[in-house]
Amino acid sequence: MEIKEQTQLTAKHFASDQEVRWCPGCGDYSILKQVQTVLPELGRPKEEFVFISGIGCSSRFPYYMETYGMHSIHGRATAIATGLKLTRPELSVWIVTGDGDSMSIGGNHFIHLLRRNPDVNVLLFNNQIYGLTKGQYSPTSEQGKVTKSTPYGSVDYPFNPIALCLGADATFVARTMDRDPKHQQNIIKKSYHHKGTSIIEIYQNCNVFNDGAFEIFTEKGTKKMNTLMMENGQPLVFGENNDKGIKLDGFKPVIVDLNDASVNDLWIHDETDLVKATILSRFYDDPSVEGHFPRPFGVFYENKNKTPFEELFNDQIAHAQSKNPLPSLDNLIAGKETWMVS
Amino acid sequence: MQEQELESVVIRFAGDSGDGMQLTGTQFTNTAALFGNDLATFPDFPAEIRAPQGTLAGVSGFQIHFGATAIHTPGDQSDVLVAMNVAALKANLKNLKMGGVIIANSDGFDAKNLRLANVPEAENPLLDGSLDAYDLKTIDVTKITRSALADSGLGVKEIDRCKNMFVLGLIYWMYHRSMESSIKFIQTKFAKNEAVMQANLKVLQAGWNYGETTEMFANRYNVAPAKMQPGVYRSIMGNEAVAMGIIAASVQSKLPVFYGTYPITPASDVLHELSKHKAFGVKTFQAEDEIAGICAAIGASFGGNLAVTGSSGPGIALKTEAIGLATMLELPLVIINVQRAGPSTGLPTKTEQADLLQSFYGRNGECPVLIVAAQSPADCFHMSFEACKLALNHMIPVFFLSDGYIANGSEPWKFPTQDALPPIDVKFAVHNPERAKFLPYERDEKLARPWAIPGTPGLEHRIGGLEKQHITGNISYDPANHEFMVKLRQEKIDQVANYIPEQQIDNGPSSGDVLILGWGGTYGALKTATAKLIEEGHSVAHTHLRYLNPFPKNLGTLLSQYKKVVVPELNNGQLVKIIRDKYFIDAIPFNKIQGQPFMAHEVIQQIKNILAS
Repeated sequence: MEIKEQTQLTAKHFASDQEVRWCPGCGDYSILKQVQTVLPELGRPKEEFVFISGIGCSSRFPYYMETYGMHSIHGRATAIATGLKLTRPELSVWIVTGDGDSMSIGGNHFIHLLRRNPDVNVLLFNNQIYGLTKGQYSPTSEQGKVTKSTPYGSVDYPFNPIALCLGADATFVARTMDRDPKHQQNIIKKSYHHKGTSIIEIYQNCNVFNDGAFEIFTEKGTKKMNTLMMENGQPLVFGENNDKGIKLDGFKPVIVDLNDASVNDLWIHDETDLVKATILSRFYDDPSVEGHFPRPFGVFYENKNKTPFEELFNDQIAHAQSKNPLPSLDNLIAGKETWMVS
Repeated sequence: MQEQELESVVIRFAGDSGDGMQLTGTQFTNTAALFGNDLATFPDFPAEIRAPQGTLAGVSGFQIHFGATAIHTPGDQSDVLVAMNVAALKANLKNLKMGGVIIANSDGFDAKNLRLANVPEAENPLLDGSLDAYDLKTIDVTKITRSALADSGLGVKEIDRCKNMFVLGLIYWMYHRSMESSIKFIQTKFAKNEAVMQANLKVLQAGWNYGETTEMFANRYNVAPAKMQPGVYRSIMGNEAVAMGIIAASVQSKLPVFYGTYPITPASDVLHELSKHKAFGVKTFQAEDEIAGICAAIGASFGGNLAVTGSSGPGIALKTEAIGLATMLELPLVIINVQRAGPSTGLPTKTEQADLLQSFYGRNGECPVLIVAAQSPADCFHMSFEACKLALNHMIPVFFLSDGYIANGSEPWKFPTQDALPPIDVKFAVHNPERAKFLPYERDEKLARPWAIPGTPGLEHRIGGLEKQHITGNISYDPANHEFMVKLRQEKIDQVANYIPEQQIDNGPSSGDVLILGWGGTYGALKTATAKLIEEGHSVAHTHLRYLNPFPKNLGTLLSQYKKVVVPELNNGQLVKIIRDKYFIDAIPFNKIQGQPFMAHEVIQQIKNILAS
């Protein structure tokens, strides 16, 4: 009798034998753990997963995953993943990148990935700093940031990654944080099930070069006042006792006190609404400024109606092959006009 | 009317870049090929699609050399110059043989055209006697075309676009050529526009009739078919041949092609050609930039496809870092470089061989890459196929070098059938249950590592740009391991010499006074020059490199058989540096850096000077 061995995959199966070498206390550990936790739940054998990264602290990620992986060159994981997905659409392809890797040196490939929309998952570790090169400001660092390369403070305006993704026609845009494992797992799962490019911006603390950058959003004392946890179909509520909400006055968002206003008047989050997602993406105020909007977490936007790139790409080939199922190399080489020399 | 037999003829069609001279030249080429002449062509056009009309900068030329004998170059000097305007005459007269025929479109020599070409009105060459040494035929092509199409219902612009067909018809008449192939071409090209089709056909016929009825031409010429090796031939352009070589390698290896690229002159035609052949499973990806083009190809290679990227010098510069990555990953990848004159943007439509050192050394770190080069348009098929085969067999990136001259040039090709092509044996790694762990950097006798593609159970592994530990492929900062791996990657390239043919003498004695050592697209000119020198009794031989890194094993011995080794190149001396470095011989450079191919007479003169020195 044949005994079929069925191994139930666990997080352990997705951990490679390589020692994890991020700095102790780095937010990357949490992201690695959540991914290793979620993957076994997806019901796929591990050989079907491929993790591709660029350069930076986050980009060491593939070495720690017991899947297929490639640690490539700075900013180009997106392009490599596109080539892999086009040729092997059946694989689950993941891109691991950071704010320097994707927003700076790989900015061009990043926006074109989103434009083309292959069915890949992007994990954007945003720590608002260059960690691997030991602490220069990044394209998401706030203006005025004092770093090794900006001793007088940075004068650059930062990118708003979520707004950038929506502007590049991304079909799944979400934000989560390293310090909220459950939320992270939930968003990673959702992103996996999206057909098309999904991008998750993950606020990730660099405890060595930019410690506390997201403290106000992640720590107990301040989290509730400063974050807006979006749930599809639910009103936008936040605050210490869920006593504040967001209302739309035309296209203008307004913070209301639920002691004065009814929950029924609040903005109901709709992940399919691009205009509303665009407004939410602009909730990007400096949290130290009085009257600022809370920072949204969760899924900003999902468009399920854009056919993934690899499908369009390969359908065209399949169509050509169905019209000419047995192409002759000899005919191709001979071309249309030949002549005989005897 | 006199009939004259000629052994070979060079015609140069020259006009404004909007005058359709490339099309005229290509049509005449196809007809000459079908007739059985041997031939070589040289399209020479400006980078601007529509350069300022009437100016020297806007002159577009197409030269064809066809004959009853073996032809290896487009010809040093032309016998016939078609000049559609003053600028075309001015730019090309210096390369017309004394006494050669000029067919001048007089409308292109009016006051406006004279001014645009900076020729004083009093010095109109058609009138001032300066062309007395030539056989000048002045025809108002524009006027005749317009009257022929007066009833066509077409506008003046569309009518004037038919002018080139008049010239084509006239040249067909001069050389007794059938117009059948061009008639078919026009019928297909303008199938959707009956009026334009009829207009072109009518003007083509008008050109023929003009030769027949006017008494302007005292001679008609016959150029008999060449005595070529028996077989079936076609006409082939270099870039077209590259695309076919890649598809042939795909068929023979049973791997789909993935071509990741970004448009660039003169390499884009490879993309255009490949994108037509989706029935072969060819995947073409026009990326957002050069870097993405090669990176997508690396992704495809990781996935198990025959991955190819293509560009020209500036694009290759951008791909540099990714070529280093492919070297570290030890994945198969073909990198096509259709070289053009540089540096930077340089002369985009002009030819040069100045990217050889870039191919050898143009990367950070110790990063040897295999290099092969094609020597003629048809050879682009064989060497691109070879590049694919070597990349797949040895799990390495391979440079395939072509250049603007052979990419756009054409020649008759006794093409192979599929049976004559070697199979390319590719085996993806599979899980061996007896082994505890898959070792991605274990090597076979060629030092190639296993190609373990994602999706294969039990072979999950990670690769990357960081230095690898020998065999395991894990990250390693061990100093001794790094040195070991650098040497190993070098050895992996060097030992490919065991898998490539030995170097042969193309023509001439196996020892003697001078060996001409060429590479790439200069083959035709060097072959022609060598034949002439040998005919004149000089002790000269020619050998031509198609494998450049590594060199064929016997090259050193072969070079040592001659008193002098001369290295002609279209650059400032690149192969010569490597030859001197590797073989410690006093190789003599001979360089031309004008964006133009060698002319045979230039080579002959130079070799004679060297023989005399």
